[in-house]
Amino acid sequence: MTAASFAVRTGGSRQLAGTATLLRFALRRDRVMIPVWVAVDALMVLSMPNTLKSLYGTQAQRDDLLHQMTTNSSLRALVGPVFDDSLGALTAWRVGVYAGALAAVMSLLVVVRHTRDEEESGRQELVSSGMVGRRAPLTAGLLAAAVANGVLALLVAAGMASHGGAGAVAFGLGIAGVGMVFATMTAIVAQLTESARLARGLTAAVLGAAFVLRAAGDSATDGGTSQAFGTGGGSSLLTWLSPIGWLENLRPYAGERWWVLLLFAAAALLQGMIAYELAGRRDLGMSFLPTRPGPASGRLGTADALAWRLQRGGVLGWSVGFFLAGVVYGGLTDGAADLVGDNENAREIFERMGGKSGITDSFLASMVGMLGLVAALYIVASVLRLHGEETSGRAEPLLANAVGRMRWAAGHLTVAFGGSALIMLLAGLGFAAGYGKQVGPVMGACLVQVAAVWVIGGVAVLLYGVAPRLAPAAWGVAGAVLLIGWVGPALDVPQAVLDISPFGHLPKLPGGSMQWAPVLVLLGVAVVLTAAGLVGVRRRDMTT
Amino acid sequence: MTKAISVSGLHKSFGRTHALDGLDLEVETGEVHGFLGPNGAGKSTTIRVLLGLLHPDSGAAQVLGHDPWRDAVEVHRRIAYVPGDVTLWRNLSGGEVIDLYGRLRGGLDAGRRAELIERFELDPTKKGRTYSKGNRQKVALVAAFASDVDLLILDEPTSGLDPLMEEVFQRCVEEERERGRTVLLSSHILSEVEELCDRVSIIRKGQTVESGSLAELRHLTRTSVSAELVGAPNGLAHLPGVHDLDVQGKRVRLQVDTDKLDAVLRQLSESGVRSLTSTPPTLEELFLRHYQEEAPKDAEVASR
Repeated sequence: MTAASFAVRTGGSRQLAGTATLLRFALRRDRVMIPVWVAVDALMVLSMPNTLKSLYGTQAQRDDLLHQMTTNSSLRALVGPVFDDSLGALTAWRVGVYAGALAAVMSLLVVVRHTRDEEESGRQELVSSGMVGRRAPLTAGLLAAAVANGVLALLVAAGMASHGGAGAVAFGLGIAGVGMVFATMTAIVAQLTESARLARGLTAAVLGAAFVLRAAGDSATDGGTSQAFGTGGGSSLLTWLSPIGWLENLRPYAGERWWVLLLFAAAALLQGMIAYELAGRRDLGMSFLPTRPGPASGRLGTADALAWRLQRGGVLGWSVGFFLAGVVYGGLTDGAADLVGDNENAREIFERMGGKSGITDSFLASMVGMLGLVAALYIVASVLRLHGEETSGRAEPLLANAVGRMRWAAGHLTVAFGGSALIMLLAGLGFAAGYGKQVGPVMGACLVQVAAVWVIGGVAVLLYGVAPRLAPAAWGVAGAVLLIGWVGPALDVPQAVLDISPFGHLPKLPGGSMQWAPVLVLLGVAVVLTAAGLVGVRRRDMTT
Repeated sequence: MTKAISVSGLHKSFGRTHALDGLDLEVETGEVHGFLGPNGAGKSTTIRVLLGLLHPDSGAAQVLGHDPWRDAVEVHRRIAYVPGDVTLWRNLSGGEVIDLYGRLRGGLDAGRRAELIERFELDPTKKGRTYSKGNRQKVALVAAFASDVDLLILDEPTSGLDPLMEEVFQRCVEEERERGRTVLLSSHILSEVEELCDRVSIIRKGQTVESGSLAELRHLTRTSVSAELVGAPNGLAHLPGVHDLDVQGKRVRLQVDTDKLDAVLRQLSESGVRSLTSTPPTLEELFLRHYQEEAPKDAEVASR
């Protein structure tokens, strides 16, 4: 290859032209999304010290916790090992894994949004026809993610500083480090796939794998907990294979191992370089994984079939995820219950989440409840497919056929509402496979969640039907419910706040007694909301 | 014979924008009707009302004898619609979309489907994302022409098609007419409209400003006349309907309102005509006259 053609192939000169403008533009477009993500993640971290103070106030309680963590592999798999007994160290232990994972999800969304999404929609073509270098869009996307992660690191470091400056800086940088490793990984995946949806899905799968590797590693060894207290042992190799594991190996508030930050930097740099290399060598809109041709004629014949065809990939992914989550949580149940059972305050939290009827039942009920909250995200995503179809202009020609709006909406809503019941059912089967006992009651507990999930689905339908421009606010509703459900019990927030969430009204199963009244009321609310939304869909103009 | 489309006094506002301001539209069964107007005149809004996707603020619309809002599904069974900008599902092949649309209408003629794919040179196995604009347009066109329907509503359907495909499209529309189907064709390609349409409606600012056959519309506009005379012309300037008169010795150039042509010719022949060229108004002139704002028109009136 001659020098000239090489220059053409890699994009010629001024490959970063326009990056500053694009970055400003990206931050402007994300002026709501990034602050919300950063705030939620930072809030989750910064609310934790107070909670832990109330949970493990005395030295005896902390000693007890440390002792348990060295002996209980199930709980270590869930939240990671404890390295020290200061409030800072306990905070890093309790939320580090999740704060890192949230930063990773945020980075994934930001990077795909400004790279592959733009190309797939065709918007990039027009933007790139201006004075925009070949690698500028990718650079701007990565910089936007860097800004978001940087602010997050600052907030965490500043907020945690009162518990120790060095630990706070290490913790903040570690969380941002996980974010940036996944930002650059997303940058690579976005070069490989032609579809933004697939790019998001693949990176999320990698994130899931990183989570599992860390969990497996922590469950296998005590991660050095006992070493810190003079009994030997070290981190499992598996935790070193997972960027989320690096965060705990960084040991914020427990003798920071600063060199681990170099690992984050090196990984982000290496992945970034690979992404840059790929981005410079491919054509706009094209990908390294080719798109296969489809059939010349199709069997799709109804709006229902189309809705299923469009959503079946999502349903399949969520089903697998929920089944596996059921298996994992089910498998952890016995061990986790042992540990929590010994701590009065921790038991109280689980009881607030899962009801007062023995710690095993409380633990099961809490985990089932968590999955229910996550299922709310599924139903919002699924219901909002209607919104996506409408705003993309695909609904218009479809509805110009002999397809009533109700028929069209019903197809997608069947997938949304039926799918959420299906994934909860599969979670129940997962528990049955992983735990093996109380199959009936746990299955029942999973299915009861569906009533609350459907209320969230109903809210999404209502927003879409009555105020289509506000339809994305359904994400905010699901997020708020998730926050109340996850953080609420630990913070001991007032019942009035917990009551906002439909999940707060569900009977605590298994263990508690089945109460039909609240479940039926929730189902009624879901029906009313959905019906009102559908009336809106029927009466309003289609937006185009 | 009932009208395929009958619209009167249609109003539709989006916030402070009055997209439709008392629009009327009549389309006879079996005709190809051109639907013309500058950008933002309300063509697409009208079509969306005809498809029952928008509810008009006031006014009446009937499509194939039904209310398009109330009886949307019933009407749509007999309609095929092609938007100006076709968006496809990225993971469905073109063939799958054609078949889906066919089944969601009155059905699909398999033989015609194959023939159209051949004529439009469309690869039906490609996925939605990989089609170019013109090819996405072809997917919708094949689906429309192969469907068993009574009315085709085409909203700038040929944007992105090459001239050869444009030709194929025109043949297809003619075949539809021969089969007795009604076509509402919104287009900016005037040669296309001139070639295909029996009647046209021109709209501007949400109102119908002209409607009729091309011959009728031509009648309302001006003919260019240029002549070489035996003697110097006289009296032309005083004739009604004469514009842009340019006399250079014995050569005359002028524009005359077509319905006043007779008087001009008589006046010219009085001076003795050596040669005469008369050009009927082009469709472009027709449109330009209607598309332009009120202001120049008023100025013309004042100058008379």
